[in-house]
Formats: sequence, structure tokens, C-alpha cells
Amino acid sequence: MTLFDLANPTRFLSLVQRVLPWLVGATLIAFALGLYMAFFTAPQDYQMGNTVRIMYVHVPAAWLAMFCYSMMAASSIGTLVWKHPLADVSAKAAAPIGAAFAFLALFTGSVWGKPMWGTWWEWDARLTSVLILFIMYLGIIALWQTVEDPIKAGKANAVLTLVGAINLPIIKFSVDWWNTLHQPASVFKADGPAITTSILVPLLMMALAYTLLLMTLHFMAMRNEIYRRRIRAMRMRSASAAPAVNKLAGVQEAN
Amino acid sequence: MAWMKSLFLKEFQLGVRVGGGALIGVLFFLAVVTVFPFGVGPDLKMLARIGAAVLWIGALLATLLGLDRLFQTDREDGTLDLYLMAGRPMELVVLIKCAAHWCATGLPLVVAAPVLSLFVNLEPVAIGAVTLTLLIGTPALTLIGAIGAGVTVTLRRGGVLLSILVIPLAIPTLIFGVSAATAAVSQVAPFKAPLLFLCAITLMSFVIGPFAAATALRNAGD
Repeated sequence: MTLFDLANPTRFLSLVQRVLPWLVGATLIAFALGLYMAFFTAPQDYQMGNTVRIMYVHVPAAWLAMFCYSMMAASSIGTLVWKHPLADVSAKAAAPIGAAFAFLALFTGSVWGKPMWGTWWEWDARLTSVLILFIMYLGIIALWQTVEDPIKAGKANAVLTLVGAINLPIIKFSVDWWNTLHQPASVFKADGPAITTSILVPLLMMALAYTLLLMTLHFMAMRNEIYRRRIRAMRMRSASAAPAVNKLAGVQEAN
Repeated sequence: MAWMKSLFLKEFQLGVRVGGGALIGVLFFLAVVTVFPFGVGPDLKMLARIGAAVLWIGALLATLLGLDRLFQTDREDGTLDLYLMAGRPMELVVLIKCAAHWCATGLPLVVAAPVLSLFVNLEPVAIGAVTLTLLIGTPALTLIGAIGAGVTVTLRRGGVLLSILVIPLAIPTLIFGVSAATAAVSQVAPFKAPLLFLCAITLMSFVIGPFAAATALRNAGD
């Protein structure tokens, strides 16, 4: 089965129907394992104590926020180059999920920053970059919401997403530059303790759980979007059905 | 070549004459710069320190102001469809329109910058630096803004959304522009590196801006 066999929404829906229960199950198991490891078996950090456990929620969220954007960019290429009918459905479904992961990364980063840095918000290069990513996600969601025709919205968003994908490394680089210019010494040293396997294994487990969650949510959102478009098409068909037009014309004639 | 020249002249004249024209942007720039001291206080030393940043933010906001009409009027009266049907390369049309738009709205900002920098107590070297960086950087702002104008062209009132979409993309331009402008009077910070990065961003936006905006405009037709 290739990517183009999935171009038929009905076939895609039946695939989702079959895969989704397994994905949900795998997500639950991975989260159970990952969270157990993160909160019970993983050691405390000698500097950060128990707050290091926030990392297991924070770091995968930041990874997935970026991964979700690259998924959106790949879908956008599918929209613009191959006009794949499900590519813009995929891009639209990914945007709110990515925004949620970016928000989660910002929120947990802020909660982690309070005990570590003594402040809720630090204009740290990485936090700032994720904040900009979050704003871009919200802009893309807003553009999806405001353009009514889904095909046109898809094209406009594909252009915007790809421009954003080119710009994100530049933004990251410029924010790093700006950050080193303004605050050379940060309280938190990233290269403090080297990551040992006792920390790395739970982290990777959580990353796997997050990735499975992303796939589950993405499939669900794509399914909903296909249904939404079908409803829209049905509504438009019934609105443009002959009797209503005749009635309207009749009223105008009578007047 | 003839059509390019006439398109440029038409766009430039429209930009200068319609809707308050070139002066309205400068006026907005003046208003933004004037309002800063009311917010942060009239301390001349501090104003000298943040002056370059104030001018850059003012220029960014003033550029965003007129962008929503960049392609919208052409779409409403059908000119956009004519460009497409006439087989003109849309990328070139976008580039010429942006050049005319910049000459009508961006260049006046650059010209006004030395005068406005007196309000924020910049010394002569800093005035030169901020004007130079604005001269290099404002075309990038216009071209990046053209992408936002392209993707929001179908929206009736896309001005606010356009600003939200464009501001994150304009952050690198702002960072390097302000870095270079403030480095000119600082002893430690390097001046040449951010200036070259700013030039690079402008050159890149000359490529990405027209292509992205043209793709968006081609798909916006009915």
C-alpha cells in the first residue's frame, strides 16, 4: 500500500478504523510504563532533586512540538506538489496538536523554571524559540479558521507552513545570537550532569509514548476533518437544491 | 521590459497618492516613536540606549500597517486575474509590486529615521547606523510581509491576522537590525557580523518572498 492508495478518503477511514484501537492500546501501555519509570524508578538529580522528573514530561513535548511542525511541512509539500487530497487534511489536523505540545512544553518549562531559575519566565533561547513556534502554530490555526473554502485554506496554509519551515532554523539561530548577546551567563547549565542510562531510558520511553499519542490524536483529528468536510459538502448540496431556488425566485416575482 | 516599468510606475503612483499615501506611514512612525518616552520616561540616557530598538519597532509596525492592501485591491477589481491570464510571471509581478510599495512606504521611513532619532537622543554614529540598517532591513520586512499579504488575500479584513503571521517571521530581521544598530556605538559588540546577517536575510527574502507570495496568489484566484 503506497501513500497514493490512501488518497481515497473512504479507504483511509477504514484503515483508521482498523488501526486506531491498537494505537490507543499501545499509547496507554507506553504511558503507563513511561510514567512509572519517570516517577518511581528514575533517580533524583543531585542538583535538581525531584524537579528533574518534570523533564520527562517537558522534553518529549518540546521534541514533539517540533516533530509535528515537520509533519505539517511534509503535508504541505504534498498539498502543493502532488495535490494529495488528504495532505491538507493531515496539515490541518496536525496544527492544534502541535500547538498543544508547544503549550505543554512552555507550561512545564515555566513550572520547572520557578524552582530552578527562581522565575516563571526566563528569556532563555530555547524557551523563546518554542514561544515563537507556539505563536506560529496559533497563526496557522487562525488562518485555517478564517478562510472558509477548505481547498483555498489548504493552499494558503501550505505556503505559510513551508515559509515557516524555512524560517524556523533562522529564527532559532537569531534567537540564540540575541540570547548570548543579552545574557551570557544562565543559571541553568545544560551541560551539567551527563545523561546516564537510568535517566535516558525513561526519557526515551516517554518520547515513544508521546509519539504514539501524537499518531493517535492525528488519526482521530484527520477522521473528524474528513467527516466535517463531508457534512459541509452535504449542506452545500442541500442548500443549492432546486426547490429552494425556485421558491426564492417565486417570491421575487410575486413582489 | 516596458510592462515592468509601467507596472512599477502605476503601483508607485497608487502607493503615493491613495489613502493618505506615503505620509501616513511616516506619521504612524512618528506617533509610535513619540509614544515610547511616555511609556518608559523621558530619561535621555535610557532613550539613547533603547533608541535604535524603538526606531526599528516603529518601522516594523509602520510597514505592517499598509501591507493588507498590497494585493487585495488587485484581487477585488480583477487586476490579479488579468496578470495571471496575461501570462506574466507572477513572481516578477510580486517583486515589482513590492519594490514600488517599498519606494512609496518604506523609503520615506528610512528618510524620516534620522529626524526621529533626534527625539530618542542618538549620537551621530548611531543615527547613521540605524538609518543604514533600516535601509537594508525594510525591504526584507516588505518582502516577508508580502508572503503574509499573499496568504491572507482572500480575507475581507485580514490586517490583524496578517500582522500575527508576519511578526514571528520578521523576528530575525529585527534582531540583527537592532544588534547592528546598537553595536555601532558599543565598544564590545561586533558591528559587521549582524550587519552581514541582516544583508543575508534581505537577500534571502528577495528569493523566498516573491515565490511564496506568487504561489499563494495563484491559488487564491476563483
